[in-house]
Amino acid sequence: MGEVEEVKLLMTGLSPFAGRIIWALKLKGVEFESVEEDLTNKSDLLLQSNPVRQKIPVLIHNGKPVSESLVIMEYIDEVWNQTCPLLPADPHQRALTRFWAKFVDEKAFASMWSALQMRGKEGGEAALEEAHENLRILEKELEGKQFFGGESIGLVDVTFGSFAKLLDVLDEVMGSDKKMIDEDKFPLMGKWKEQLSELAVVKSCLPPVDKLAAAVQARRNESAAA
Amino acid sequence: MEEVKLLGWWMSPFSRRVELALKLKGVGYEYIEQDLANKSQLLLEYNPVHKKVPVLVHNGKTMAESLVILEYIDETWPNNPILPRNPYEKAMARFWAQFIEEKCNGGLWKIMWCKDEEERGRLVEEASHCFRTLEGELKGNKFFGGDEIGMVDIAANFIGYWLGVVQEVSGMELVTRDKFPVLCKWMDEFVEHSVVKETLPPRDKLHAEFEARLGAPSWKY
Repeated sequence: MGEVEEVKLLMTGLSPFAGRIIWALKLKGVEFESVEEDLTNKSDLLLQSNPVRQKIPVLIHNGKPVSESLVIMEYIDEVWNQTCPLLPADPHQRALTRFWAKFVDEKAFASMWSALQMRGKEGGEAALEEAHENLRILEKELEGKQFFGGESIGLVDVTFGSFAKLLDVLDEVMGSDKKMIDEDKFPLMGKWKEQLSELAVVKSCLPPVDKLAAAVQARRNESAAA
Repeated sequence: MEEVKLLGWWMSPFSRRVELALKLKGVGYEYIEQDLANKSQLLLEYNPVHKKVPVLVHNGKTMAESLVILEYIDETWPNNPILPRNPYEKAMARFWAQFIEEKCNGGLWKIMWCKDEEERGRLVEEASHCFRTLEGELKGNKFFGGDEIGMVDIAANFIGYWLGVVQEVSGMELVTRDKFPVLCKWMDEFVEHSVVKETLPPRDKLHAEFEARLGAPSWKY
């Protein structure tokens, strides 16, 4: 082709949304530059690249920015379409994949995030039950499959995977007595997480435990001081 | 032999989106009106996760979520495309469809059900900002899709038609002609479009339903 590809990713080390894009780019063997953002002091590049939402992740491909993680993943899949397809070829299967990616994003992620934040607080039990209900639905979707994408990792695995891995680390750092994605309650999901962990690309993408531990401690100090 | 069925509800902008896409592409379909107060076995079987309309059934294969269905329709019947073919342009269209869904429609929904006047004022200001951003995206074009209707216009159907009725019923003055002349011009073009016209629920019926519902404590469905 002869054209030099320039791929930049505006991200933060702890964001599961940015995590999705890192997984997707690495799965496809795309060389990219990570630009870590300080969200308390957003860079000019971020504000120019995503003026509407002013959020990360933002993928900048040859100077053109793309925002919103699901939109970015579909873009990556279309542009770098020779390796590791995130979406199947069949239109109906694509529709099902998109349906589940949306479910993960809008229902599962949101409910798990709420449940995490409300742990030990009023309404915490109800929030956890809602998160578990969504996990049950996802558990069912894994029946007969190695990954959500079937025999190989796909869009839904990437959409959920980086968050699931982050959750495990978070559970560990917080010294939680019960994991959010409890392997006893959700055995298929437990197996799925193990399968993901075996992948070379996932091994190279684990969130920095020290950074996460520091962030959790900082949050604790803040609430103690409040 | 193509068999296309659509499970929908006359009032739902989501199911109307799918009808619009099918009609724009000249795809014949059987429409099955749903009673959402009394969900059919068919609906519960075809969309067990959300139990909502629209559901598209194509040669026995089912799918749900209106924006997902729109992508399927565009891939399956490529004539009169609703999405650009260029990956970057397509990404932009998807971004705006998402923005409309989450920030514009999402914002409107919160306002419609907010009983606290101060909070409502704050929500209206926030939503105003989103509509201003959306208006900017028209960039002098007739539609968000350019000369012709595209995915973003279809995604904005609630704004294009339903919002006018909601504002009339509730007295909300969010998107008015003096505040948003460009967006209102788009709304005019949208409802006048020959195919869009066929998919709009009757205004008086919509008015009556919103009157009844906006007075009630919450949407049941």
